[in-house]
Parts: sequence; C-alpha cells; structure tokens
Amino acid sequence: MGTISEEILGRAAGKTASAGEFVIAKVDYAMSHDGTSILAVKAFKEMGVDKVWDPERIIIPFDHLVPANNETTAQLQKELREWALDQRISNLYDVGEGICHQVMAEKGFTMPGKLIVGADSHSCTYGAFGAFATGVGATDMAEIYASGKLWFRVPETIKVTVDGPLEAGVTAKDITLRIIKEIRTDGAAYKALEFYGSSIGEMSMAGRMTLCNMAIETGAKAGIVPPDAKTKVFLEGRARGQYGLVYAKDAVYCDDYYLSANISPQVACPTDVDNVHDVEEVEGRHIDQVLIGSCTNGRYEDLAQAAEILKGKKVRCRTLVIPASRSVMLEAVKDGVAGILLEAGATICNPGCGPCLGGHMGVLAPGEACMSTTNRNFKGRMGKGADVYLGSPLTAAATAVEGKIADPRRYL
Amino acid sequence: MKFKGKVWKYGDNIDTDVIIPGKYLRTADVRSFGEHAMDGIDPSFKPEAGDMIVAGKNFGCGSSREQAPLALKYAGVSCVVAKSFARIFFRNAINVGLPIVEADVYDAVQKGDVIEVDLDIGQVLAGGKAFVSTRLPGFLQEILDAGGLVEYRRSKR
Repeated sequence: MGTISEEILGRAAGKTASAGEFVIAKVDYAMSHDGTSILAVKAFKEMGVDKVWDPERIIIPFDHLVPANNETTAQLQKELREWALDQRISNLYDVGEGICHQVMAEKGFTMPGKLIVGADSHSCTYGAFGAFATGVGATDMAEIYASGKLWFRVPETIKVTVDGPLEAGVTAKDITLRIIKEIRTDGAAYKALEFYGSSIGEMSMAGRMTLCNMAIETGAKAGIVPPDAKTKVFLEGRARGQYGLVYAKDAVYCDDYYLSANISPQVACPTDVDNVHDVEEVEGRHIDQVLIGSCTNGRYEDLAQAAEILKGKKVRCRTLVIPASRSVMLEAVKDGVAGILLEAGATICNPGCGPCLGGHMGVLAPGEACMSTTNRNFKGRMGKGADVYLGSPLTAAATAVEGKIADPRRYL
Repeated sequence: MKFKGKVWKYGDNIDTDVIIPGKYLRTADVRSFGEHAMDGIDPSFKPEAGDMIVAGKNFGCGSSREQAPLALKYAGVSCVVAKSFARIFFRNAINVGLPIVEADVYDAVQKGDVIEVDLDIGQVLAGGKAFVSTRLPGFLQEILDAGGLVEYRRSKR
C-alpha cells in the first residue's frame, strides 16, 4: 500500500515504509563514476573496511573527464582502476563506454522495483524504468561500498500528469522543462515525483530517461515512471536479473500537477533551470556554441532528431555532438546520422560528459553563450562568465543552423 | 554544539557549481577545495575561522559533489544557516562534519553581523532576536558530533 517510492523502499528495508519515516534499506546496485569515486574510495579506506560488500553490485563508469585531461586526472583514474581490480569489481566501464546513466541502462542494471543509488545527482534517471533511484555524495557511497545499506527518509510523492500528443517540434525535453517551470527548482525538495498521463506513455524510453534525469532540478529525490510494455521490451536481453513490476497502490500524494503537452518548444535561460520560456520569447538571441549530448539528451534518438534538421545544411556556430555512449555513437555511424552531422559542420567528440560540468572539451569563454541539451544552466557552469541556455536537440539543431536561438518547428 | 561567528550572506538557490566550480574538483587533496570556496559567486569570500554563511532557500542545490561542503569546511566556515537545503548537500554536509541549520534568519542579518547558533536547543540568535532552528534527528546529530560519517563509523567499531 503506497506510492512507488514507499513500495520499493519498504521492500528494501524489509518493513512497511511510509512517507516521513527513516529507514535503513538494502541497495540493489550502487554506481559511482571517475569523478565521485575518488572521494568515495578515500572515505571507504578511511572507514577501515577491507572488502566491499558485493563487487557484483558496484558499477564504475568513467565518463566525467575522459580521456584524462591532464596528469593529475590520469593518476587518479589509474588509482581507481587499480582499486576496482583489487576489489574484484568487474563492472568497470572505462574511457569511451559512455556516460554513467546511459551505461547503467544499456547494461541492464536499471530494472523496475530496484533500489539504485548513484554518486551523481542525475542518478534519478533510472526512475524511467520504474526503479527508485537517487543520488548521494561520496561518503554515503563509501558507506554503501562497505555495508550495502543506507539510511533514507521515505519521501512524500508529487503526482505529475501530462496528457496529450507531443506535437511536431515538441519533445520529452520540452515537457520536462515545462514541468520544472511549474514545480520550480526547490518545489519537490526531499520529495519524489511520479509521472502519469498519455504523453508519458507515448514517450520512448529515451524520452522517459530525459524526463526522470531532470527530476533533481526540482529538488526531487527521485522521479519515477510506472513500468509498462516499453520498459519490458527495453530490458529484454539486458536485465541483470529477475525483476518485478512495482506500482502505486492506494497511494496518498502530497501534491498534484496536471499539464497539457500542447506547448511550444521550451528554453531554460540563465541562470536557473526553472527560468523557462517559450522559444518564441527568446528567439534571435546570439549563440556561440551548440552542444548536443549529455545524460539528458545524448541518446541515439536525440542525435537522429538533430540530424533531421541539419541534413543538407551548414552550422553557423561551433556545434559539438557528444554521444552518450559508444553504442549510441556506433548506431549513429552505421546508419548515417553521424555523417549528416559531420557534413553539416558539427564536431563529434568521444562519449562522455564533455563540457556539461565545465570540466573540459568545449568550455566557453567569458561573454559567450551556449545552447545546450544538457541539464544545468547555473552561473559559470560551462565556463566563468559564460551563459548556458537549455533546450531540446531539435531546438539546439535549429539554433546551430542560424547561430542564434531558433524555433525548430520552422525546420520540420 | 554552539557557534558564534561573523556572517557572509548569500541568496536563494546557491548551487554547488558556484560553491566550487567543476574545474577545481579533480584532486584528492581535500584541503585545496577550501581555497576555491564560493569562487563562482564571490571572489572576495575569505572567511576567518569560525565565520558562518547565512543564505535563503535551497542552499547547495545541483550536483552531488561532496567537494562543496568540504570547500566550506576547509575555508573555515563553522556553520551554514539557511532557510532550506537541497537534500544531497544536506546529507553530504553531515557526512563530512559541516554543521548546517535550517532557520529563517535571512532578513534579520547583514553581512558582517555576528550571530550565535546553538544546535543543542535549536536556536539562532541574530539581530537581537532568537529564532527557532530545526533540530536534526538523533542519529544524524550523532554523526555530526563525531565529526562526520567516517569518524562515526570508526567510533562504533
């Protein structure tokens, strides 16, 4: 009896779990990447524990600074590989495999009903598959490495319903940004979101990943889509084990949002993710760089949508395309999407997080502006003094064609 | 736990990217994070040991980087008082032993004021007035008292 979060946390804690309670729950899978693992391993060693609780349940993808940008990073990555080997952690996905959240899905760890914790704030992405998934910091991850358990406050849940067909030019990203505009950046703090409605049902698994990925941008602990036939199809031949479909039963929600999918393409303007406007309101603003990629929008369907607009055209500003994984990149190469993007003048970088968090590979100069399919437009995130606008791959591609923010519907 | 210190004041939604920008993250030298604290929003931020941060709502929103509370801790910040905290920052702060308090003192203080925080009774003294602050659940206060989760775990062995 309860929300999906109450059901999953209750199962993982071995007791009934109601919103507001604190529980100690067993974690099904734990993910930490090359960025957060550094401090997690340090804390784990300082805890004085010799062996991790279960090496098969720990996943370590390298994605944040790949390939290493300098000697310090290279040394830290070397030490992480050695630690993982020593701990017999075989699920280490090295440089080039892809962004952690995409790799987690492709490799079948993101199953309905599971409790998955990641040392990355966008770990809520796995809610797209009906899992309870949330982000924590390095020391909490060290605690999971050591014991396989963690404390949770069982969250209240906000029910979000989106109905109506997704019109041409409107994508899961636009719906997501619109939801964030409504809930605001802290409107779901400490809470979970559950998504319902015909628009969510219509979304592909890639689209649902975009939606759940950005749940954190409302402050939410988790964002969950109830599993359906699409979920099962995605997991066929991938799932790491048995799973059961978990649904809300006689749930009590703390709040209810209802939205129509009949909207314009949406753009989040600097420097808050809830500073969201219809594309018509911001069209024409100068853009120096377009970025299509990230855990939010670097999947095959995102690249294919961008190619749909860029086919036979030339970009008018620097355009970076960063596939979310090797598998995505391979598919784009095999079916010609990569060729279309290159012919249009885009630069395709290796799979990884790229400049999303201001690490390397495309950071901006002061005074420059980027139209990006990523998830955060915080002050200075992609370079001190640079502005970041967030939009869909379609909006980003249309913007690349014009060198200024453009409405993708004119190109479809 | 009691603290008395000078205030550095910031607004709502202070995110982890401004607390410590991404380019400073890749090192295991945790003390170096203190040199870059608040670099993304206030280059003049040079706290003396014991100074406090007072902020609006949703302090620490954004990434899971534990470098954010570590940066404040090693910069010398004794305590962060905000209207509310983002949840990952909240967990991280306790886990690294950075005291945090939810209290609505934002409108009552100016930068440079001296305020007093008493975690034990859940009170903040600011601008000549007493404000109620939320108290941590017992097990979290124990982690904080121990100096963080690593120290807490060690003390239990």
